[in-house]
Amino acid sequence: MRNESLILLGVAIFFGFIGLVYWFTSYEDGGTAMLVGTCLLGLLPGSYYLFWHRRMGFRPEDRDDATIEDGAGEVETFPSSSIWPFVLGMGAFMLVLAFAFGMWFFFPAVGLIVTALVGVTAESRRGGHV
Amino acid sequence: MTDVITPTTTGDGAHGPSVVDVAGHEHEEHGPTGLLKWVTSTDHKVIGMSYMITSLVLFYFAGIMALVLRIQLATPSSSLVSFAQYNELFTMHGSLMLYLFAGPFAFGGLANYIVPLQIGAPDMAFPRLNALSYWLYLSGSITMMMGFLVAGGASEFGWVAYAPLSNATNSPGLGPDIWIMALVLTGFSAIFTGVNLVATIFYLRAPGMTMFRMPIFTWNMLVTAILILIAFPVLTGALVMLFCDRHFGTHIFSVQGGGSPNLWQNLFWFFGHPEVYILALPYFGIATEIFPVFSRKPVFGYKGMVFATLSIAALSTGVWAHHMFTTGVVLLPFFSLLSLLIAVPTGIKFFNWIGTLWRGQLQFSAAMLFAIGFLFAFLMGGVTGVMLASPPIDFFTHDTYFVVAHFHQVLFGTAVFAGFAGLYYWYPKFFGRMLREGLGKWHFWLMFIGFWVTFMPQYVVGLLGMPRRVAVYPSYLGWQSYNIISTVGAFIIATSFAVLLWNLWISWRQPVPCGDNPWDAHTLEWFTTSPPPHHNYSHLPPIRSERPTWDYHHPDSPAIAHGEGRPPRGDKVLVSP
Amino acid sequence: MNAPAPTDPGTPPKRRIRGRALIPLAVLAPVVLAGCQLPSFGAYRGATSQGQDAFKLWQGFFIAGLVVGGFVFLLIVWAVFRYRKNKKSEGLPRQTQYRPMIEVLYTVIPILVVMGLFAFTVITENEVDAVPSTKVTIDVTAFQWGWQFYYPATGKVVIGQTLQQPQMVLPVNEAVTIHLESADVYHGFYVPAFNFSRYAAPGYVNTFNFNVLHTGTYRGQCTQLCGLYHSLMLFSVRAVSPGVFETWVHRTSGHHPTIGQLKNQIHASGPGA
Repeated sequence: MRNESLILLGVAIFFGFIGLVYWFTSYEDGGTAMLVGTCLLGLLPGSYYLFWHRRMGFRPEDRDDATIEDGAGEVETFPSSSIWPFVLGMGAFMLVLAFAFGMWFFFPAVGLIVTALVGVTAESRRGGHV
Repeated sequence: MTDVITPTTTGDGAHGPSVVDVAGHEHEEHGPTGLLKWVTSTDHKVIGMSYMITSLVLFYFAGIMALVLRIQLATPSSSLVSFAQYNELFTMHGSLMLYLFAGPFAFGGLANYIVPLQIGAPDMAFPRLNALSYWLYLSGSITMMMGFLVAGGASEFGWVAYAPLSNATNSPGLGPDIWIMALVLTGFSAIFTGVNLVATIFYLRAPGMTMFRMPIFTWNMLVTAILILIAFPVLTGALVMLFCDRHFGTHIFSVQGGGSPNLWQNLFWFFGHPEVYILALPYFGIATEIFPVFSRKPVFGYKGMVFATLSIAALSTGVWAHHMFTTGVVLLPFFSLLSLLIAVPTGIKFFNWIGTLWRGQLQFSAAMLFAIGFLFAFLMGGVTGVMLASPPIDFFTHDTYFVVAHFHQVLFGTAVFAGFAGLYYWYPKFFGRMLREGLGKWHFWLMFIGFWVTFMPQYVVGLLGMPRRVAVYPSYLGWQSYNIISTVGAFIIATSFAVLLWNLWISWRQPVPCGDNPWDAHTLEWFTTSPPPHHNYSHLPPIRSERPTWDYHHPDSPAIAHGEGRPPRGDKVLVSP
Repeated sequence: MNAPAPTDPGTPPKRRIRGRALIPLAVLAPVVLAGCQLPSFGAYRGATSQGQDAFKLWQGFFIAGLVVGGFVFLLIVWAVFRYRKNKKSEGLPRQTQYRPMIEVLYTVIPILVVMGLFAFTVITENEVDAVPSTKVTIDVTAFQWGWQFYYPATGKVVIGQTLQQPQMVLPVNEAVTIHLESADVYHGFYVPAFNFSRYAAPGYVNTFNFNVLHTGTYRGQCTQLCGLYHSLMLFSVRAVSPGVFETWVHRTSGHHPTIGQLKNQIHASGPGA
């Protein structure tokens, strides 16, 4: 995780620096706010990864000499199919249409989104597809 | 149904390097079939393919709009379309090409399909989030196209939607609302894809696939994903503010209410300039995959390439106001310097590409031709880009056809030349069959000629003072001849895309099967079967350099990357047997 | 388009023709003999002193671009033609990956080039953007879709829209200050022959100077998309001798419509009225 965290911390350092330079040469608040935000965007996950790197050390995918056997064990659980992303997507679609065409789209939108959120949570807890 | 990937260790020392199974069970697809299978699929390959097909369809739509625009401009005061229709057409041409084709084709389509394969992962880190990204993208695209169907027509304020032109007074009607909502949907789609790509690349690499052994395409997609996370939330936020200004009585971008229209430009371009690199970096990555394979050499200056990509991304986020030089209220030297500095890492990339070709054994497949076409196109776009980074020059070229020619050369050079290089290169991987190489070369040459014929006259007419986004122009200024040449070029390009359609059709109807690795390629995705099985790999080769498949197929070729990837004495130990 | 054609001596006519004819040559012949006047590379030579400064910078950037771009172009062409795979290619090529010296070289040299370009940019920028106080001031207000030129010293107003394009009059060989703003959306105040454009922005005033060097009429146009009739938002600038200017500016402008009236008119009956 070390290189990963360094990339994000690099983002933080660069934009922290640029943000300072920009503020003290322009005193323009909009751009400075965005640069500081970008700095934080690098800082938060970057330091989190660094923290975990210190705890975990080098994973097999961080080591030059790792063999495929070193990765043995459960990689991850992947759902192979699920209807809920589609339902959630259509719910979001209806929701934005509500903003454009009128509030009567709002009710099916909320219905679809709630159903999908419940469905996807249940699917994850059950560990299989519904 | 859920697949639990449980690697087992069954060594296979029969031939060359040992190959180890990473999965102990059959990788069969479970669950529904037919249309329901497509709707419920969370497989990154299915989602990636859906992205690519959708974005290509939108690319053809936007291309047809471009042809209408070019016919309109072939005569000074054509009445083919009205002023309003003209404004709608170029707004939608830009929106479709930039938001819905060039970006999603790369980070939604190719990256989705290729990145997990290149790092030896069974899928993206969050498959259901990935599927959600696609549905948001598809519904956003449909929303965008609906603009043409509503009363008052599609939005007419250009793809940049400058306030206060985009407020409720100056752009009334449903079209602009639909445009905003379409971009909110696709914005979230892009953010989710960005999160997914970062998590996949950080957590799902195969053992031994260190960061500095990842293929450059994967590196560029990682950097693109970080740029997406920096840029797209700003756009989505700005669009919500714009919507509030239009409907909820806020005055964020209006002078009358104490707001600042300039803030829109700051927010938009803080998204907009990284967006340009979100569109360009994936395509740099594609070219960087293709040059080494068809030169039969490793990428030259791999680490320099990685750091060049990182610094392009970093600098690109600090240069947003170079689109605003003529507003008169931005800090010129700061943005000018950072903009000029981008030329340095871009130059490093150019020299690394040339270094990869240098002393290779170049094979000019269609993919390689497109990648070389990209080099020429992007060189021209890059040189004029440096000119535009200088405020005094930008003052008299801003918003003229000079800028139009510049960014078309950059974006056509990357998204179209390198994008179709990627299509010709990875098509055998997607389907296990070849695209016709001969037709591919026809496609390339027509497009290459059409490209220069279309855009070079636009530089000249821009310097003569022709502004962009005009439907008519004075006839006594001598602009027409340049515009006619440009229109002819646009039709040559259109012909080349008819050839592509024919190629896709004939290659599908009369398939020419190819092996798993027809190009003798380097990276991991060519190790698995074509098309790859569900969850990608039944076994993996040892990963000891950034080109494991090449190492596996060329056991006699000296490995190039030991430890730090740098051989002990320059390149001298790397002579082939 | 039946608008009257302003003659456009942004550069003296003879020279401008030569400039255009040189465009293809400029691509072919990168080196121009010292002492000769450099070609214009397609741009206007600049009818104002500020425009001429910008034009010189343009020439410099164009030559730099030609040299650097041409070098890279030749490298690509050489690599593509020289290293094709042919019957003589045996085995694998040398698997070179790193040449640190060369990599450092092509990092450092571009940085130096960029620093040079930046230095010239800053010098020119300061010349172009300098706004010393001047005798003549003109307040320009852009609106959908026309221009108003107001001369505060005498109260003179010139206003017009789309097909009745207005004409700004200013004295030649004298720096003139322009205050530019917009009554509604962003517009672009662009005079090609002056090598200059600036946004007319709502809410704040942009200030800049013109020092026109030759009498004549120069065409101008809005460059920033501003709505339906953006294409027709033309104007012209006429530079006259100071004497003529004084007479002109003191002649009262008589009855003229306001910006609001013109906007209502075009919304009601389009640009043809």
